[in-house]
Amino acid sequence: MSLHPLYSDMLLWTMAAIVSFRWWRTRKDPRARRMWRRIFADRGAMVAAVLLGFYLAIAMVDSIRFERADGARIESLLDMAMRHRTVSSERTYSAPFATHEFVKSLVTEGNGTVAQRYLPLKEVHTDRWYADGWHVAFVVFASMFALTLLHRRLRKDDDTADRLPWGSAYAAFVLAGGTLVWLYVMSFSYHVLGTDKVGVDLFYVTLKSIRTGVLIGTLTTLVTLPLALVLGIAAGYFRGWIDDAVQYLYTVLSSIPGVLLIAAGVLTMQVMLETHADLFATSLERADVRLLFLIVILGVTSWTGLCRILRAETLRLSQSDFVTAAKTLGSSHTFIMFKHILPNLRHLILISVVLDFSGLVLAEAVLSYVGVGVDPTTYSWGNMINQARLEMARDPMVWWSLFAAFVFMFFLVLAANMLSDRVQYVLDPRNEA
Amino acid sequence: MGAYILRRILYAVPILVGVNIITFLLFFTVNSPDDMARAQLGGKRVTPQMIAVWKAEHGYDKPLFYNDKATGIAHLTDTLFVAESSKLFRFDFGKSDAGRDIAHEIRERMWPSLAIAVPTFLIALASNIVLALVAVLFRQTRVEKAMMIAAVTMMSVSALFYIIFAQVVFAKMWHWVPVSGYAEGVESVKFVALPVLVGVIAGMGAGVRWYRSIFLEQINQEYVRTARAKGLDERTVLFRHVLKNGMLPILTGVVVVIPTLFMGSLILESFFGIPGLGSYTIDAIRAQDFGIVKAMVFLGSVLYIVGLIATDISYALFDPRVRL
Repeated sequence: MSLHPLYSDMLLWTMAAIVSFRWWRTRKDPRARRMWRRIFADRGAMVAAVLLGFYLAIAMVDSIRFERADGARIESLLDMAMRHRTVSSERTYSAPFATHEFVKSLVTEGNGTVAQRYLPLKEVHTDRWYADGWHVAFVVFASMFALTLLHRRLRKDDDTADRLPWGSAYAAFVLAGGTLVWLYVMSFSYHVLGTDKVGVDLFYVTLKSIRTGVLIGTLTTLVTLPLALVLGIAAGYFRGWIDDAVQYLYTVLSSIPGVLLIAAGVLTMQVMLETHADLFATSLERADVRLLFLIVILGVTSWTGLCRILRAETLRLSQSDFVTAAKTLGSSHTFIMFKHILPNLRHLILISVVLDFSGLVLAEAVLSYVGVGVDPTTYSWGNMINQARLEMARDPMVWWSLFAAFVFMFFLVLAANMLSDRVQYVLDPRNEA
Repeated sequence: MGAYILRRILYAVPILVGVNIITFLLFFTVNSPDDMARAQLGGKRVTPQMIAVWKAEHGYDKPLFYNDKATGIAHLTDTLFVAESSKLFRFDFGKSDAGRDIAHEIRERMWPSLAIAVPTFLIALASNIVLALVAVLFRQTRVEKAMMIAAVTMMSVSALFYIIFAQVVFAKMWHWVPVSGYAEGVESVKFVALPVLVGVIAGMGAGVRWYRSIFLEQINQEYVRTARAKGLDERTVLFRHVLKNGMLPILTGVVVVIPTLFMGSLILESFFGIPGLGSYTIDAIRAQDFGIVKAMVFLGSVLYIVGLIATDISYALFDPRVRL
């Protein structure tokens, strides 16, 4: 078994490394520490952080990929943990926790008559000792609760003045984490979120979709930030023709309707990938490259808003006294831009990164519906919704795949929105206590 | 005033040229004249000569951006880019892959789009402003807190969920309205009601929060303190003074949207089977009909720029501080 990362895995881990490095650096900076403490002094922000933590953890686990020794398939750690649900699937739809299929099939009885019956599911095992939901729930939630007690014993509060609201974090941890672990344990015996048209376990599909959502929400920043920063600061600092050019560029880009620009970009990319189909060894790699292209397209179409803000702020800052002083002292342009202007833009960048995240996760679903989203073979909430939509006319309705996609998407977006609200509030100088 | 408007309109021309360059580059990398010729001529055995003849007949044999055979200004004007863009500027969008005239289709499909977009826009505007004022009236109380939590929750729900939920509950379970479809005249009300409702609800969370932040900005202004000091009660202050002064920032956000209402809503129309421009666009994207997508990109950009100009003009009209 050897490590076999895709491009997106590498990017995600690089990004995680950058973020943790910055976090480690800011631990020493008392001002940044105070800012983060203020952000998390809010109960909603704590809950949001715990929820986001779960999503990010699952996305990271799904981004460590191994190639089996026989070269038969590439699996992530998540795939391995869910192997009981990946090796074999049912024949067709089944409801959550069902023991029989959702639709009747024709069966030839022993005596030769043909009857319509609900066939039992192959992969459901109700006889195991851990198939009892109540017992498992008791054990899972009790141990999650014990973990929080342990953390409470171990944690060190530096001062009593601004204590973080750990209580709500613990509540979120026990509730969200407990539910997740419970679902996981139960998934050994049941299809906890049902199965789809071709009998694939939807709990597995939903968990795999987390990575796609998180990837689109985070990696897009890797594209938008450099563009917006370089162009915005250059325009605001140098003014003159550079400013004119940058303004022209973002006015043109922002006047094209977003979805159409993305659609045009994705259609272009599709044709290019079709003509170079031989470049990719596996369909997994092709889907991965397509996902990365989508991220680049999303990034190229969405940097304009931040650029406009950064330009205006740079314009204001470059007229301030400390920049004039730096100029008189003979500092170079690069030095001024890096050491005087950039640090003063940090709050705007942070706000926009957190704010964009939720919008991007929601956009993925809509784009997949329009047909310009991720590859149809990629697990994503958009694809789940898109497939389930075709079955809406069925009566009784196949509701569980929609339910699974919407619930998992909702909590991710809600957490991101709550956190971005708090970040905005704390970083707004008017709310300084 | 006239000179100002003229200047703004002239400023829009280079932007539209930029839009054209981008669309031209995007679409000609995937759908070059050779591809078009092959698709039009059909069949597998298309010889290079046939392609050349087709291109010459349809005027696609020119170079892309620079014609080195021409003289003078024709170096730049006698090119495919100029030919294609001037067609767009004359709103001559050509024919779709299905052989229909795109400009004609757009004119017909505009009305169903407006039938959804205009009521959605007006109802959303009124209800969001009223709710935002209520939130500001009850600021720093539990009512406001509850409203803001509701707003964040509503913002976090995917628009697709609102659509599917509304279709299942109101159309499939309660049979109040048909699931999808469209009819002309009075009949259209029952088809329009649900998409409008969904459109209003889906935008409500973000909308109320936005208007609320505008009004809160006004609340701390000196004129509000003066109004309170002379003994006006909170409701008069809010609905007379704050609302009126808040109208200016609201104007910037709202006027720019009005022209783009013509474009319709992509997912609403497609889910509810409204034969408008939104569903037209989606179908074109799915069928990879580049002619239609190109036309819609151009139209959308024109409408957006019209919105920008209208915003500036409305500012000049309504803000007494702006003089031209």
